[in-house]
Amino acid sequence: MFAYLPHTESEIREMLSGIGAASIDDLFADIPEDIRFKDRLGFEAGASELEVCRRLHSLSKANTEAVSFLGAGTYDHVIPAVVPAITGRTEFYTSYTPYQPEISQGVLQAIFEFQTMMCELTSLDVSNASLYDGHTAASEACALAINSTRKRDTILYSATIHPYTKQVMATYFSDLPVKLVEVPEKGGIVDLEAVKELLDDQVAALLVQTPNFYGFLEDYAGIADILHENKSLFIVSSNPLSLGVLKSQGEWGADIAIGDTQPFGLSMYFGGPSVGYIAAAEKLMRKMPGRIVGQTLDEDGKRAFVLTLQAREQHIKRERATSNICSNQALAALATTVYLSTLGKEGLKEIALLNMQKAHYLSERLLSELPVQLYAGQSFFNEFTIELPKPARQICERMEKDGFFGGVPLHTLHPQYSERLLMIAVTEKRSRDELDRYVECMKGALK
Amino acid sequence: MNFEAQDLLIFERSRSGREGFRIPAPDIPLKSAEEMVGPGFLRADEPALPEVSEVDVVRHYTGLSRKNYCVDTGFYPLGSCTMKYNPKINEAAASLEGFARLHPLQPQHTAQGILQLMYELTEMLCAVTGMDWGTLQPFAGAHGEFTGMKFFRAYFDKRGEKQRTKVLVPDSAHGTNPASAHIAGFEVVELPSDQDGLVSIEELKKHLDEKLAGIMLTNPNTLGLFEKEIAHVAELVHEAGGLLYYDGANLNAIMGKCRPGDMGFDVVHLNLHKTFSTPHGGGGPGSGAVMVNSTLEPFLPAPVLRKKDGTYILDNEIPDSMGRISGFYGNIAVLVRAYTYILTMGSDGLKRASELAVLNANYVKERLKKRYHLPYDQVCKHEFVFSADELKEKYDVSATDVAKGLLEFGLHAPTIYFPLIVHEALMIEPTETESKESLDRFITVMEKIADLAEKEPERLHGYPLSTPVRRVDQVTAAKQPVLRWRPE
Repeated sequence: MFAYLPHTESEIREMLSGIGAASIDDLFADIPEDIRFKDRLGFEAGASELEVCRRLHSLSKANTEAVSFLGAGTYDHVIPAVVPAITGRTEFYTSYTPYQPEISQGVLQAIFEFQTMMCELTSLDVSNASLYDGHTAASEACALAINSTRKRDTILYSATIHPYTKQVMATYFSDLPVKLVEVPEKGGIVDLEAVKELLDDQVAALLVQTPNFYGFLEDYAGIADILHENKSLFIVSSNPLSLGVLKSQGEWGADIAIGDTQPFGLSMYFGGPSVGYIAAAEKLMRKMPGRIVGQTLDEDGKRAFVLTLQAREQHIKRERATSNICSNQALAALATTVYLSTLGKEGLKEIALLNMQKAHYLSERLLSELPVQLYAGQSFFNEFTIELPKPARQICERMEKDGFFGGVPLHTLHPQYSERLLMIAVTEKRSRDELDRYVECMKGALK
Repeated sequence: MNFEAQDLLIFERSRSGREGFRIPAPDIPLKSAEEMVGPGFLRADEPALPEVSEVDVVRHYTGLSRKNYCVDTGFYPLGSCTMKYNPKINEAAASLEGFARLHPLQPQHTAQGILQLMYELTEMLCAVTGMDWGTLQPFAGAHGEFTGMKFFRAYFDKRGEKQRTKVLVPDSAHGTNPASAHIAGFEVVELPSDQDGLVSIEELKKHLDEKLAGIMLTNPNTLGLFEKEIAHVAELVHEAGGLLYYDGANLNAIMGKCRPGDMGFDVVHLNLHKTFSTPHGGGGPGSGAVMVNSTLEPFLPAPVLRKKDGTYILDNEIPDSMGRISGFYGNIAVLVRAYTYILTMGSDGLKRASELAVLNANYVKERLKKRYHLPYDQVCKHEFVFSADELKEKYDVSATDVAKGLLEFGLHAPTIYFPLIVHEALMIEPTETESKESLDRFITVMEKIADLAEKEPERLHGYPLSTPVRRVDQVTAAKQPVLRWRPE
């Protein structure tokens, strides 16, 4: 018995007779004998809901919880109850891509609102409906830059962007005529003097990140002008929560803004689903990757929304396409839209500020009471990197015994980082008691 | 403009000073942003986010949801999309806190439950496809295709065959296929189908040279027809030194009946949001898991899921890996749903699902082929393609008009104008979760539309009338794009 298969035996007979087939097997007669699979698939037969639930519960419990100070792209934030209440509405989650606008206005309007919010946050003109994650968004942004500048083949990227972003970009571009050139860091932030030296008529764009991979803020004053004078584009990746308080990409003069909206209403969920966002200056509109929703009118003159500018997309361009994205992260983008609606103008500022205050409270206690240093001593938002007197991994293992995920030892992400660097993320969810206990716990671990 | 309350944008509901969420009270000494980072980093341009209450938010998005068609309200005959029912137990499983609160960088020994689930899911997907191992990282079908093409490249580079840059794609293929091959650096050659809508062996033979990297195929193809010569195609491509890529969009036709691995494919991508019942979410998130045979296993994207001495690990030490394709490990919540579905259905249920999907498609095809032109009249698999070319010629009723007629009668439209090799295409895939009476209703409505086309075609041109909006002006939308709301 299968709960999702409604056919009765007599209906099957009736349908077969309507087709003029003697059996279901007849309908598979076009599969040549020698490639038919005659065995049973190598796993168990179907099970009852009770049995399946028990198994899933047991797997979900085979994971350990701790007070988390982990970040590096995924953060433990408060999720308002209204977010899952809305994304859990069946009309949203069981609907298809809105190719039939007359019966998809709900999803289309929500995407239009998402696009508006991304434009507002980044101070740029156009946004798409979403990309996969912040890392693939970086690759899409670079492809956009290569395709919108004439005959330029070089992307400069800062050494201080997320190492996984670098790796995704390396995979993405390894077989295309594109050169990826790393701009060195200086004191934990991108070395803008080096940018000036590396800039030539082949540079399509510079990609930077702020807060950068270490959590530090980068000052881009003046750099946009230098890039634009060279006819190169400026791509800035940001944790969108930081934009509640800190300078937006548009304010820095960026042409393309990217990042990941996971901090806005999405569970960490072992890294996915999250949402890659991309917003750009108006001049890049017709080269943007992915789906875009536009406003229009229906036959009665009523405001309506529709997928638009489809000439850009893979199903029209086929082998001339410069992006292949089709399915995106729509439902997760809806979560972000509901989150930003709920937090609102003031709420976003407040929560961003609170993140920053808690991170600074913790860092001040750590720096004043423990033998640790802020790596390179830069300003930060809600995440920062410290240098420990011992390997960070060892300290984290000790802290884990006391119920803390103490941070991300950078060496575990990439061997280029010193074993003594630990990156600590602090969100609004961490109480003062947890922060104080963290200090004591690390004190113990350092002994 | 004036709008009814239910038609407002969330921004138009905004009232200065209204708030929708109470932020946790600060329990630490407070400093201003300027004190913490200095004035140079602070933003001046204030984002115009809405100022609304929680009630406003709930009414607004509930209102939007009611303007949306979905699987839980009705039938979706969308070809190549496999819009089957999305079981509720999947949602219950995905919402378990023990999964949702996991951080991707927490120590692996504290995430053994989710890693075990991912490992077992990979094993089950290997069993269904007849492949040896795979990756669950690709976020969507197109991302899986790109990953598949990267396997081609990595394999040939390792063998010192950099000159293999040509990928064959049939003219009936999904648009993402040529796009994915192109952005992975391959040169795409379109392969014309033969008169039966299948791969033409004659055409294929023209391209079996030292430049051939391989071929991307869907089987059954987008016409819903099984490529009977597949073993021969595989032999020819392999003999010429090429590889075969299987687009899993149509896997729902053949589970437990035959396997891509046994047909000779080297790489397979799956759409867990199609075949394995995870919801489409209005356009995502999906999952485009990729399975490979042992020849291509060394090139898997990092990290690779392994089991060592009873412990599940994410192995980053993959010397010949194609590299990293996503930030972390994929859309994990989607994987939990697909795993739950496979446990529920089991090996016997998946096979039965494919059998009934094929039964449903053939039933609808046979009942309707007297009224709609069926260009390829033979037994189909899980889907088939009608052409509205005769309706168009005789009554000026296009595939779009048929689609909009279905909307008027409370159903979703089929996939239209695809595959490109059929004029005025109506591509229909009923899936196995539709009952006979659901199909009968669809058939009745399609017959009624055919009647209307003959007798009152102008009525069809005006449809739909009773949907939340009527036909929309797509031309102006693209010519004078309005892509965001702006504060007044």
